[in-house]
Amino acid sequence: MEMKNTDSRLSAAAPSGQKRWVSWLTNFLLVALLYGAFAVPIANKSINRYYSGILIMICINIILTVSLNLVSGFLGQLVLGHAGFMSVGAYTSALFAMNSGLPIGAAFPLGLVLGGLVAALFGLVIGVPALRLHGDYLAIITLGFGEIIRVLILATPFTGGARGLTVKTRISRQPSVYFTWAFFIAALTVFIVYAFIHSRHGRSVVAIREDEIAAEAAGVNTTYYKLLTFILSAFLAGVAGGLYANHVGALTPVKFDFNYSTELLVMVVLGGMASITGSIISASVLTVLPELLRDFSSYRMLVYSIILIIVMLFKPSGLMGEREFSMKKLIGFLRAAGAKRRKPGGGKGGA
Amino acid sequence: MDFLSQIVNGLGIGSIYALVALGYSMVYGIVQLINFAHGDIIMVGAYVTYLILVVGGAPLWAAVVASILFCALAGVLIERLAYRRLLSQNAPRISLLITAIGVSIFLENLFQLLFTSSAKSMPNLFPGPPVSLGGLQVGRVTAITLVTSITLMLLLQLLVSRSKIGKAMRATSEDTGAAKLMGISTEMVVAFTFAVGSGLAAVGAVLYCGAYPLINPYMGNLLGLKAFVAAVLGGIGSIPGAMFGGFLIGVAESLTKAAGGSQITDAVVFGILILVLLCRPSGLFGSNVREKV
Amino acid sequence: MSVLETKNLGIAFGGLQALDDVHFALDPGEIMGLIGPNGAGKTTVFNLLTSVYAPTEGEIKLGGRNIIGEKTYRITRNGIARTFQNIRLFKNMTVIENVKIAMNSQMHYSVLSGICRLPSSRREERKVSARAHELLKVFGLDSDAHGLAKNLPYGKQRKLEIARALASNPKVLLLDEPAAGMNPTETNELMQTIKLIRDRFGTAILLIEHDMNFVMGICERIVVLDYGKIIAEGNPEEVRSNPKVITAYLGGE
Repeated sequence: MEMKNTDSRLSAAAPSGQKRWVSWLTNFLLVALLYGAFAVPIANKSINRYYSGILIMICINIILTVSLNLVSGFLGQLVLGHAGFMSVGAYTSALFAMNSGLPIGAAFPLGLVLGGLVAALFGLVIGVPALRLHGDYLAIITLGFGEIIRVLILATPFTGGARGLTVKTRISRQPSVYFTWAFFIAALTVFIVYAFIHSRHGRSVVAIREDEIAAEAAGVNTTYYKLLTFILSAFLAGVAGGLYANHVGALTPVKFDFNYSTELLVMVVLGGMASITGSIISASVLTVLPELLRDFSSYRMLVYSIILIIVMLFKPSGLMGEREFSMKKLIGFLRAAGAKRRKPGGGKGGA
Repeated sequence: MDFLSQIVNGLGIGSIYALVALGYSMVYGIVQLINFAHGDIIMVGAYVTYLILVVGGAPLWAAVVASILFCALAGVLIERLAYRRLLSQNAPRISLLITAIGVSIFLENLFQLLFTSSAKSMPNLFPGPPVSLGGLQVGRVTAITLVTSITLMLLLQLLVSRSKIGKAMRATSEDTGAAKLMGISTEMVVAFTFAVGSGLAAVGAVLYCGAYPLINPYMGNLLGLKAFVAAVLGGIGSIPGAMFGGFLIGVAESLTKAAGGSQITDAVVFGILILVLLCRPSGLFGSNVREKV
Repeated sequence: MSVLETKNLGIAFGGLQALDDVHFALDPGEIMGLIGPNGAGKTTVFNLLTSVYAPTEGEIKLGGRNIIGEKTYRITRNGIARTFQNIRLFKNMTVIENVKIAMNSQMHYSVLSGICRLPSSRREERKVSARAHELLKVFGLDSDAHGLAKNLPYGKQRKLEIARALASNPKVLLLDEPAAGMNPTETNELMQTIKLIRDRFGTAILLIEHDMNFVMGICERIVVLDYGKIIAEGNPEEVRSNPKVITAYLGGE
């Protein structure tokens, strides 16, 4: 059998008993390894503050990209106001941390959750009317709501308005501590989204993207699932916002504008709509790249727009398409490559 | 009297929105695409006018003609390079939308690189005393704007309803496949539609600069969005709808400003958009096209 | 009591009365045909039964209960499943996933359970997987289970749509031109499969078809529609020899 991607990722059938433990362990080890690879150098200062800041930002952008991918890639509804949900979460968690009176060790995680919940609430309020529309109209209305959120933040006194908000109470200024928080929350987000997609709920969501009328006719409550996905996406964006607030220490509404929503969209589109792996990769690359190319920062949006257009013209499903990374496939791929090399005639990979 | 002049002013700015809205409506009617980049064509038109007028020192009419031609060309190029491939492949809506966003951002940032983001100042394009319209004193700019816009809209309506190319446009908009079978070169028709829409936007840009002589690379955003709201309000795809919607939005904006809320005019326009989309997405004159099951 | 019944069902689109006084009663386990010239309104009947459109008059009763106004997904869960004239499969999902979607309401584990992979969720998934495979076997699609739906040949796609509809355990199955584009062998096979479905699952079947051999060969009763009105009703012999039916299909004098 060829190594063609004939089975959809969703069908990575739940491995039975023993294989499942192996799979869990492998994933856990990989995550731990990844964490260690960065955390150790950060802790012993081989990575300085500047670079650890970038790593933290990568984690935050991963959460944002994966959550946007959930609603735009998996559900297939283009949302243009994602930065709005992030800003709601950012302000909420910052204000909570500063005013709750609780010790920061509790206020910070609680603030994150609260930020996510408030963002989810906004998601509900916006989603109920917005999700009655489709395609272009939905995109425009989310853009409109994103702008309204920005105006609201400007107008409300306790957010500091245009001058912005200084986050006076932060969990830690130590990079290694903060990186740990950011990394594990990002890993948790990836896990949540992955597990959601590979459940009956995620299946229904993808079915809605494929053919909403057929999904409804197959017994799927499309309104419920669209709203659910939208709210989950908003929640995660809110949590990312809270992380961001604590990281940069100062918030201004102008940061969370349409440009930022667009950057997030570029990350999703480039990585692959409906590929979590793709989102992780593109979020990482597109967080690092602007830093590397700081001298060219004035060209950044120009280049982004060209990238968007080119990707849409030539590979609209994004670089990874719908493919996901999986150890199984990697091992299978390596095996096949090895078998090919051993056979001088170069046949296709083994069974 | 003050109220009446508010209305007239509103109609004036509204007629600009209408001109731009026509571009949105025509393109949507033909290829079912919301051309996100259309608002930025206004910006392009404004800068071309600025270049020819201020840098080149040419007379106004030359700048206008150049602007119209340049924008029409730009519109055709954008369609050819960015949209055509996706349209012919029947790509999913989301891809088209993302591409349009990409073009919009591209234009804005290109012009920012070329001209910097600081605003450039246009000279007074329509100098002269106010005009008297039926006992009412109307600013010269407003009067010229109204007359020009309405004339152009009438001409467009004539073009679409009476001319051969207009018939081809209507046919392509109704059923592209059948139009092709009837021997209509739908590609030419689409290109023509983009050209006309962009040309009208260029005129809108000049008229806009008459009233607000400061131009910057992002001016197309808000203006385009308001014109888009006008198009949706009137029923996207409908030419009379775009005109009507434009006037409505203009008047709404003018009255809101007069009521003292110049901060919230943008929010009001957004609010209208959201209301329309939720209550009557097909707009005032549009038809509700449902998916056939 | 009939499992599905309509009385005086009608719908007008603008000024056009697309359906007028449509009435029929489908008994449990019965196979009924809905035929008529193109444009007669047959698919519109299906769309009314599944609440894609709302009727402007009349009533629809499922198991004696009026279902007008219920949302489509509710109607499916309550027992009416359908296929579409133009095949609406979930193209980029696998064959078995297409079937599993329809079984979603038979599973009950929450979003949280799903995310945490609790044992109850895995149990339900296993059960559904097994049932889905069984169903695919009935249609000879089991070997294609993990391939993408869009890669199936046309005939198998039609069968998959029927399998998906069956997956929701319907009391009534609405088939919209199930034999369209099939050759005689495939058509015969489909006839046998439909009879098998009725015999094994007790499902009542209402089908729209243009292939007269198919209709006459499998339907126990036939309703004929023309210009939105019922012009004849009865068993195949009666309908076949009805002059009104002949006129409708072949044109007037």
